[in-house]
Amino acid sequence: MKMRKGELLVLFTLCFVLSLIAPSHSGFQSDELLVDNDEVGLPQTQSQQSSSVPKSDQTTVTPPSPTPRRKFSDSDSDSKIQFTLEHAFGDSDFAPAGTFSARLKTSAHGGQTLTKLRFSRNALTDAEKENFKNLVDGDDFYKIRLPSNVLSPPGKDFVVTSVRARCLPRETLDEHFVIHADGVNILGVNYGAPAPCSYPHPAKLPSKWSFNSYTILKNTEQAPRTPLFIQDVLKNGEEGEGEVVAPPERSFWAKYWMYVIPLGLIVMNAVTQAMNMPEEQASGQPGGAPAAPGAVQRAPSSAARRR
Amino acid sequence: MGTMLRVFLLLLSLLSITAPAFSLYEDQVGLADWHQKYIGKVKDAVFHTQKTGRKRVVVSTEENVIASLDLRHGEIFWRHVLGPNDAIDGIDIAMGKYVITLSSEGSILRAWNLPDGQMVWEAFLQGPHSSKSSLLVPASLKVDKDNVILAFGKGCLHAVSGIHGEILWKKDLEAESFEIQHMIQTSGSDLIHLVGFVGSSQFDSYTIDAKSGELLKHDSAAIPGGYSGQASLVSSSTLVVMDSAGSTVTTISFQDGKVTFSQTPVSTLIEDFVGKAKLLALKLEGVFAVKTGTHTTFVRVTVEGKLEVVDKINHATAVSDVLEISENRQAFAFVHRRSNGIDLTVKLGADWNHDLLKESIKMDQERGSVQKVYINNYIRTDRSHGFRALIVMEDHSLLLVQQGAVVWSREDALASVIDVKTSELPVEKKGVSVAKVEESLFEWLQGHVLKLKGTLMLASPDDMAAIQSLRLKASGKSKMTRDHNGFRKLLIVLTKAGKVFALHTGDGRIVWSRLLNSLRQSETCENPTGLNLFPWHVPHHHALDENPSALVVSRCGPSDDALGLLSFVDTYTGKELSSSSLDHSVVQVIPLPFMDSTEQRLHLLIDASGQAHLYPKTSDALGVFRPELTNVYWYSVEAETGIIKGYALKEKASDDYSFDTRGIWSIVFPSESEKIIKTSTRKLNEVVHTQAKVVADQDAMFKYISKNLLFVATVAPKASGDIGSSTPEESWLIVYLIDTITGRILHRMTHHGAQGPVEAVVSENWVIYHYFNLRAHKYEMSVIEIYDQSRADNKDVWKLILGKHNLTSPVSSYSRPEIMTRSQSYFFTHSVKSIAVTSTAKGITSKQLLIGTVGDQVLALDKRFLDPRRSVNPTQAEKEEGIIPLTDSLPIIPQSYITHALKVEGLRGIETVPAKLESTTLIFAYGVDLFFTRFAPSRTYDSLTEDFSYALLLLTIVALVAAIFITWILSEKKELRDKWR
Repeated sequence: MKMRKGELLVLFTLCFVLSLIAPSHSGFQSDELLVDNDEVGLPQTQSQQSSSVPKSDQTTVTPPSPTPRRKFSDSDSDSKIQFTLEHAFGDSDFAPAGTFSARLKTSAHGGQTLTKLRFSRNALTDAEKENFKNLVDGDDFYKIRLPSNVLSPPGKDFVVTSVRARCLPRETLDEHFVIHADGVNILGVNYGAPAPCSYPHPAKLPSKWSFNSYTILKNTEQAPRTPLFIQDVLKNGEEGEGEVVAPPERSFWAKYWMYVIPLGLIVMNAVTQAMNMPEEQASGQPGGAPAAPGAVQRAPSSAARRR
Repeated sequence: MGTMLRVFLLLLSLLSITAPAFSLYEDQVGLADWHQKYIGKVKDAVFHTQKTGRKRVVVSTEENVIASLDLRHGEIFWRHVLGPNDAIDGIDIAMGKYVITLSSEGSILRAWNLPDGQMVWEAFLQGPHSSKSSLLVPASLKVDKDNVILAFGKGCLHAVSGIHGEILWKKDLEAESFEIQHMIQTSGSDLIHLVGFVGSSQFDSYTIDAKSGELLKHDSAAIPGGYSGQASLVSSSTLVVMDSAGSTVTTISFQDGKVTFSQTPVSTLIEDFVGKAKLLALKLEGVFAVKTGTHTTFVRVTVEGKLEVVDKINHATAVSDVLEISENRQAFAFVHRRSNGIDLTVKLGADWNHDLLKESIKMDQERGSVQKVYINNYIRTDRSHGFRALIVMEDHSLLLVQQGAVVWSREDALASVIDVKTSELPVEKKGVSVAKVEESLFEWLQGHVLKLKGTLMLASPDDMAAIQSLRLKASGKSKMTRDHNGFRKLLIVLTKAGKVFALHTGDGRIVWSRLLNSLRQSETCENPTGLNLFPWHVPHHHALDENPSALVVSRCGPSDDALGLLSFVDTYTGKELSSSSLDHSVVQVIPLPFMDSTEQRLHLLIDASGQAHLYPKTSDALGVFRPELTNVYWYSVEAETGIIKGYALKEKASDDYSFDTRGIWSIVFPSESEKIIKTSTRKLNEVVHTQAKVVADQDAMFKYISKNLLFVATVAPKASGDIGSSTPEESWLIVYLIDTITGRILHRMTHHGAQGPVEAVVSENWVIYHYFNLRAHKYEMSVIEIYDQSRADNKDVWKLILGKHNLTSPVSSYSRPEIMTRSQSYFFTHSVKSIAVTSTAKGITSKQLLIGTVGDQVLALDKRFLDPRRSVNPTQAEKEEGIIPLTDSLPIIPQSYITHALKVEGLRGIETVPAKLESTTLIFAYGVDLFFTRFAPSRTYDSLTEDFSYALLLLTIVALVAAIFITWILSEKKELRDKWR
């Protein structure tokens, strides 16, 4: 019971302390569905049996770019392209595992951009399942690769990435692709499970041998431009000097606690001293008691003398 | 009242911004910092010892330094560091008052005033194609009362006026690949002969009128036997050439338009000759020198063109140029190495059997062999000729030898630092004598009394001088033991010469230096180059009786597939404990965070074929490493192909200590649009104090802290040249943040209209990089900060209480990162040579950037200026947090140059080492010069300053106590008086 009490006390103090800090935390709560804050588009996920049906649909919005050659016009010509995903189990050779299909937009200026990426995974064969089991047992890598150029695969080289096989299995095999592309070139692929994958991880096999894929296509981001506002700064500087930007109104206590507390202390101090004074006098009396009558006596005598 | 308070707070925050975080008073210079000037390995030297004026020697060095040294003490009179691409090809003294230098492959000719080193004039020589260059300053050649300087470079011969640097005439030789060998002025005439080779088989000779630049004659002939690139001029009309096989000497005589050849096999000159012979560059009348193995043979060419052996020396020898000591008397010197010293012999050119001078100088083995020697003569008191010799040793040190003794020496290897590590000093042992303590106590008191006088402004100028010298000496600052604050350390420095130095951080003195045997040239290892330095053994359990040691990794030759070398050096004594030449190459060294039972650190060496080798090769180390095998990853950046690859280790191995690796990821940059120009990672030993960053409004953000973060900057291939070579439209800079375990691209961002060179620094959760903005015509610095969103939910109180947080869940690279980046760019005035960041023991102290500016100084810039959260109008809460209102450019506060008035010429790197005291970081900047200082990014909040006056404190206390007593007595008396009244 005592323990409980102590815990409760701690809990209350914690609550109290944290409630002071917490008032704005609600503003920062992130939406868990959001994959990345700076992602270009939002992924749609479809959990389906592995088939040739596209699993995931992803549209990308090209960020507004200041360079004219990357801007799109309505006369952009579209063409459909496909490129294959290949996978390998440990050190085995790569074998086709699925197909990405996308639309290639060609802008009037010759720039080409991939959009509308779709992905279809092939079903795992029994041999592949066996291989995957071995990977999980040996805590080995499950590798995938993509061509670095989608128009003329494999381009300069394959873009390879891999993940520890133990990370993928959940209910199904969950995978998450982020393809970093620049025009028709694929630079790199972020590949892994959407869930955390810690080490060491219990070797677990999926109950359903199918892939649950998310795909995201990412183009490069624009760097924020250097602020160019010499006049603005001057104006603001003047304003800042002239009148202080009104801070949010706060309670009396929040504003003046640093004055109130010392004041309180001083008052307390004064009070205790005042309380002590009579006591001291009282305690000081015994020593001085014999003298006191003298003083009392003397006082009149001196008064008498003066007289 | 409230407004008052706010105004006050605002003022306070403004003050904290404007007040420089660091500045120095004039009398504090040299208290905690030291600065050393060097010049580098001497390439060429010219003496200037006329009767008038100070005796000096002008030298040019491999670090592109031209310097004038005092011949008496070896001090630098003046010095100029030319740019890194401005290699000096030739120096000479013209008209007795100008130093002439020819640099940048013969395209820049400069004249410097000899006494003070001011540049007098500069001439740019242009030509159609690059070629070897040569400088000739004729003593008595005048065109219209103007001394002429002849410079050959870029395929053209230029005659330049010695007085104002005007080009008088220019002669294009119109031979495509003419490699000049010598430029000869025949005495007493105005004719200039140029001798050289085209390709490896054709000999060419040109005769040119020096007055007009008219080409008078051109002969060319094919050399039988080919040409190896080594030639020696024997007389004004005879050249000796070694053939490409190194076995035959060809004498070329080119008198009067006739070119004749005569060949002599080396084996007829030297018995039992095998292998390859080399010609030494020697300018001695009638004599040339052939080097075979360790032997040097001097061969005379007689008037009839016959060759006869004059002398043979069985040691590695350096031979000086010829010195004209009087009319028709030429002297030259050669120096060779003995086991415990060097022998200097000066001979007359004509008379071989007689030595003008023979001296033995004692010298320890640490300087290696003799590489170059330059001689100069003087008249002794007895009117005979005396000689002094300037000797360049294998360890790049420079010595002046006179009268059988080393007059002065300079350790110029320190101008070419490759890598720096620190080592702790020994722990102070017990048993310090009492007398010493008493003495120091007395001195301590005396010092404090002096300081007190200074504080109370009672000190006389003499006292002030005494105080200053006392402060500079700072008792104990150069002690050889560990101190409480961790200021005293040893800087272990690896240099290009293969010499390792230990410098004391207190005063910068060389504690020991060692020319590593494994880094010396040998037959098995032609051209050893040092790569890196690693702490190998840092004893903690037996710190009192075991010395720490460092590992020096090097390779035989410049290419990646050259075999590696390891040597182990005791950092207290400098003894080379052991060394081994490896049977594999070294491309990358990965220091592992593991130690074996003897506290030796485990290192993984990656060779060119991608195999990983574990060191130390003990079963104990293997036992430690085996369980961690699957968690070791590494990556390689192939800048030429634009591919970054990640690797993991494989279990199977050819032998026990080497492991196969396999690629697990790759990132391919399209070669038509991107070219890697810079990669940067976090320092391995960096400490981060807290992951959470409390921002305004009592909110918290979680830093994304990963040791495996790689920053990569790529530019458009067109924009990879110099600034200005491409338009803003066709240039862009793309920056990447890559996780090196999984190869994930965490962040990618494009700067349009920007280009390199890029300098970057990665620390904690941020990257700062510097580049050029072509649109704004300014340099810029950008910052990217990375925050971990997966932990952002932990701010919920109830989750914390109920234990539903993920703060204790392990972090894995294979978990999908949920990150958020913030970035911002600012203009910066300077171009930058290097960027570093301060590091402290616990990582609590705020960070400052250390920027090596184009002026070779180190500027400290508070990281707060590079905060992406800066906004034009920060809120009150943000201001209180220390956010500075947004400006478009970064301020350069003159007081925050930590190098104060000094320059670290040729700045190449800045190294920061944490001291034990949390507030303080040690900074070592190196280039041609060395600079060391102590720096407190947030001031020394955790200790009193060194000049804190304890005596004043004591005096105050004594005075206060006395005052208390006096007032007590007085009050007692008064009370008594009152009572008696």
